[in-house]
Amino acid sequence: MKLIILNDYDASSEWAAKYIRNKILLFKPGPDRFFTLGLPTGSTPLGCYKKLIEYYKKGEISFQYVKTFNMDEYVGLPRDHPESYHSFMWNNFFKHIDIRAENTHILDGNAADLQAECDAFEEKITAAGGIELFVGGIGPDGHIAFNEPGSSLASRTRVKTLARDTIVANARFFDGDLSKVPTMALTVGVGTVMDAKEVMILITGPHKAFALYKAIEDGVNHMWTVSAFQQHPQTVFVCDEDATLELRVKTVKYFKGMMHVHNKLVELPQDLEPKK
Amino acid sequence: MPSNKSVSEAPITQLLNCRILRDHRLQNEDLWVREGKILDPEKLFFDEQAYADNQVDCGGAIVAPGFIDVQINGGYGVDFSQASDDVSAGISLVAQKLLEHGVTSFCPTLVTSPPHIYHKVLPQIKVQDGGPHGAGVLGVHLEGPFISAKKKGAHPERFLRTFSGPDTVMADLMDVYGGLDNVALVTLAPELEGSRWAVSELCQRGVTVSLGHSVANLSQAEEAVRHGASFITHLFNAMLPFHHRDPGIVGLLTSEHIPAGRSVYYGMIADGIHTNPAALRIAHRAHPKGLVLVTDAIAAMGLGPGRHKLGQQDVQICGLHVYVAGTQTLSGSIATMDMCVRHFKHATGCRVEEALEAASLHPAQLLGISQSKGTLDFGSHADFVLLDDELNVKATFISGQEVWRKTTQEQQ
Repeated sequence: MKLIILNDYDASSEWAAKYIRNKILLFKPGPDRFFTLGLPTGSTPLGCYKKLIEYYKKGEISFQYVKTFNMDEYVGLPRDHPESYHSFMWNNFFKHIDIRAENTHILDGNAADLQAECDAFEEKITAAGGIELFVGGIGPDGHIAFNEPGSSLASRTRVKTLARDTIVANARFFDGDLSKVPTMALTVGVGTVMDAKEVMILITGPHKAFALYKAIEDGVNHMWTVSAFQQHPQTVFVCDEDATLELRVKTVKYFKGMMHVHNKLVELPQDLEPKK
Repeated sequence: MPSNKSVSEAPITQLLNCRILRDHRLQNEDLWVREGKILDPEKLFFDEQAYADNQVDCGGAIVAPGFIDVQINGGYGVDFSQASDDVSAGISLVAQKLLEHGVTSFCPTLVTSPPHIYHKVLPQIKVQDGGPHGAGVLGVHLEGPFISAKKKGAHPERFLRTFSGPDTVMADLMDVYGGLDNVALVTLAPELEGSRWAVSELCQRGVTVSLGHSVANLSQAEEAVRHGASFITHLFNAMLPFHHRDPGIVGLLTSEHIPAGRSVYYGMIADGIHTNPAALRIAHRAHPKGLVLVTDAIAAMGLGPGRHKLGQQDVQICGLHVYVAGTQTLSGSIATMDMCVRHFKHATGCRVEEALEAASLHPAQLLGISQSKGTLDFGSHADFVLLDDELNVKATFISGQEVWRKTTQEQQ
């Protein structure tokens, strides 16, 4: 595991975006070689998306040969509802970049047969050759995607009933009206994300500090589903100082001491730097 | 590359690098167009998985809905009120020239004239779509002859008319105009005997009624609004001046007796001459959402100084002023719409969005066509203008097609 500790939200967003950029560049995608990227929604990744858009506009990267798979979507919310994850992805990422619609994949929460939709999603990931890099955020209760506490760590894409905490937390996006908040979602499973070649988790803010502690310093536990990634061979946690508040000093010092090494991962690859 | 444009095979254009006027603010959004209409790119992306065939870099320009001029008497030597056997040629010439001022549709306006002029001219003016040939014609604006002799302005008094009685207003209207096909707007004085019946009859036939050239008091004006009138012709001009015990037609801007769900719009000639900037500000602050910029331009617009013919009268141009020849009576303007937008913004200090909407959204709402014109909402006609930050027109588009662009030479 790598734990990347940056000063604040903006710095961690930028680090994460540069990491994604470099992964895509070094993969050298092409018409017969698509880079597959798993993507989250929510407020945490917004800054990272903004940076990626900036790199696209500067000409540093293209998404022409990138396939994306989103983690989740609400059930029964109209696709064009401003809070749907389709709307989120369109407004915060897709419309700003050169990705082709047919290379983006978001679960359809209005499908007639929801489980069939989930099964088909798994098949599409397999058909794309699996996911190179799955980017995720977590909730304060340590859920990854909508894998609420108690979800099987071997779970696959499926329908999930949302936890009370999540519904209450989401009410702010639905006029504060609990009755308007969707209570079910389609989500990739913990196992689906575990299958990715690499996983990057973004964690910022003091309210996520306990979840980060549970994720990396406590045992693997299905009540903190993000802890499953302790068993993943290649996981990067990108966080800000606030998110480390519950960690041991020893842990923080150890990983901060490695920042000079880890920062090399986000330097623009030399052969790709713009010619002066 | 795959494309399953399931809705249409027509090419899709994406305007990039622009600030578009939508939902009353300039937004950093692209504008997507297909088959002459504005497209929702999110639906296109998710439903059709399609993408743009052409991309146009707007160089950071403002993109606003095309301007709509509901009061223009002519221009470039053409006077719409002059009878000729080829009125449509004159309309076409002006329509074509208006493109460089960002006007994508307009209402050719006829001033008070004798019946034989209406009978000859009106059948020759047709509602028509705009295009590379020129701005679209939304219908004729008939300003007079059912107006007050006391506020006739430049209209010839001998041709003014009154209604003969409540039951005969339609007959009176038809007798003078000959027909109401292709008529969008009629300006009349509400205090004339029988006027309120004329307002009802016209509104029932889908004609927008405007109040002007009138000495009406506020209650007469409110009664006309209750019967369907929804516009005020060139506010402050050719009406009683504002008085605090009877504010007259001007009082409609803040009246409490406008029926629920209705709105009164008012035309403003923001050329810096017809309305003092302070008066412009009073009107704008009292009722910003009703302000409609009009040019009230006459045949001399686009021509040089000197003596010109307006309807049945001669006029004299001095600088930006136009007078009835030999008098000090203002006789319409030689302003252009883009000039009015700039002056309006400068004079009132309003936001760019407000200045642009006064020339696009508001006239469209007035005419009841805002579902297709005057906005850049999805599904609307792709009539729009590209402007720089000083609101100079850089290019004009109708139905998604570029119909005019400023050349480098003109820019210098």
